[in-house]
Amino acid sequence: MARMKFLCDADRCIECNACVTACKNEHEVPWGLNRRRVVTINDGQPGERSISMACMHCTDAPCAAVCPVNCFYTTADAVVLHSKDLCIGCGYCFYACPFGAPQYPKVGNFGSRGKMDKCTYCAGGPEADNSPAEYAKYGANRLAEGKLPLCAEMCSTKSLLAGDGEIIAQIYKERVVKRGYGSGAWGWKTAYKETIAS
Amino acid sequence: MARLFAHARIIIGALALLFVVAAAAPAMAQQPTSVNPTAAAVNEDQLLRQLNQISGRCTLPDQKACTIEQPGGRDWRDFHQVTLPWIAAIAILGMLALLVVFYLIRGMVKIENGRSGRVIVRFNSLERFVHWVTATCFIILAISGLNITFGKTLLLPLMGPEAFTVWSQWGKYAHNYLSFPFTIGVVMISLIWIAGNVPNRIDVEWLKRGGGIVGNDHPPAERFNAGQKLIYWIVVIGGTAVAVTGYLLMFPFYGTDIAGMQLAQVIHGIVSGLFVAAMLGHIYIGTIGMEGAFEAMGEGTVDENWARQHHALWLEEEKAKGHAPSGAAPRATPAE
Ligand code: HEM
Ligand code: SF4
Ligand code: SF4
Repeated sequence: MARMKFLCDADRCIECNACVTACKNEHEVPWGLNRRRVVTINDGQPGERSISMACMHCTDAPCAAVCPVNCFYTTADAVVLHSKDLCIGCGYCFYACPFGAPQYPKVGNFGSRGKMDKCTYCAGGPEADNSPAEYAKYGANRLAEGKLPLCAEMCSTKSLLAGDGEIIAQIYKERVVKRGYGSGAWGWKTAYKETIAS
Repeated sequence: MARLFAHARIIIGALALLFVVAAAAPAMAQQPTSVNPTAAAVNEDQLLRQLNQISGRCTLPDQKACTIEQPGGRDWRDFHQVTLPWIAAIAILGMLALLVVFYLIRGMVKIENGRSGRVIVRFNSLERFVHWVTATCFIILAISGLNITFGKTLLLPLMGPEAFTVWSQWGKYAHNYLSFPFTIGVVMISLIWIAGNVPNRIDVEWLKRGGGIVGNDHPPAERFNAGQKLIYWIVVIGGTAVAVTGYLLMFPFYGTDIAGMQLAQVIHGIVSGLFVAAMLGHIYIGTIGMEGAFEAMGEGTVDENWARQHHALWLEEEKAKGHAPSGAAPRATPAE
């Protein structure tokens, strides 16, 4: 099985937010939650870069380690998913996540924050693939249909890559060789404990 | 005339084109080596080294989303998964082991001269009410809190995921809502008992003589001896610490950022573990550790001989105030 990863080529991202919109629409993510977002660093200054970031589906995922009810599981494609039926909304995964990926529908409601929501790599949840129950809780399951995450498919400049980690790393490497520069695979060291030599 | 002008236009046009091409050729030849936009670009490693966090501008209303990377969570993970369980387990199991050993060696501290049959009021109904409200909340908070720390290791395999989630969800509600009466209880305790709990010279003497718990000496004490004063201050300081850090966790992002909440959890976890251990000691002395102690907080009265043995100065004071022991409170069954 492939080891799925995300890679955002910051030298190509034009901050069009198509990935953000695609994600919100595909999964009907409720108002106030964002599974993916684009952040511009050094905005308006020389050397500014925009990066699209969501859950990176980490190797040895910190969120899964700290969850007090062990509601995370990793699929055969190394996608990190969780069960909203088991989540108690404690907020711990958010404390542990290096990418700020977990989100809560009720911020600051002391009874509960509600069930945690995050990027599923368009792979749904524990329910039957593409069942209405799965869609209601986690959104579409494109992976089960043999499709890659919509954010990356939608990316107008193909800055955001999704797919087998080895293949997208290869694509990125070729780009770097061809154009002669590359600012690196953002988040890879933190998420996958490896980086792409450029 | 017009034809001449047209010729001139073509010639000028051709010349201009030639000029553009000539000028562009060297630039094109240079391009691969001359332009490297990443040379000036922001660099992930460098940003992380500077702040251990990467943030920028984003267009979402939730401005927390503008932070894309903060690997600090990994240290917190280590704390939560390794350090905290060890600290809590050693403190709590260590205290239990200590109490068992102590009980086996020392046994229950008896009322030396037996019961006199005369009792004196030690805690009035308000004091007992506050004590038991706080104590009940504390026990539930401790169980539901420790469930967060140890539940998935100890209970999840036994209960299965669904039942464990239902239990933990209720535990979380209990933890969150009972924090309010607990906090009020700690505030009340700190106010109603501050008078007897300021450390003084008698405590030094009491400690030097082993407090009557170590050895068989019975150093005189006022209403609260040094050990009880220690418990008071553990409750006041520990209770304040868990309340403050607990509310920071319960109201995320009100006045804290993610690093602040990680720190709050670290303090909450460590203080809770030590707090539970200290309270186990307190419960021991109040029940099986000492004859005649439980009724002080149970019925509110203590036997005169118990009072003389453990709180001689307090008994004198009470008598001087005219609160002499009375023969009331016939006990259906002796404590033994
Ligand atoms: C006074 C008010 C208190 C408040 C507001 C409070 C709040 C919290 C919150 C919000 C959490 C995070 C988990 C969750 O959401 O359920 C937590 C965890 C915890 N609390 Fe409290 N708490 C309080 C008192 C106590 C007391 C008195 C104890 C112990 C005797 C305690 C022990 C714990 C423990 C052990 C954890 C889990 C730590 C971990 O493993 O991460 N808490 N508390
Ligand atoms: S990015 Fe965050 S939520 Fe996603 S797998 Fe890693 S730690 Fe978990
Ligand atoms: S919020 Fe839910 S998923 Fe996250 S750690 Fe808590 S129980 Fe687990």
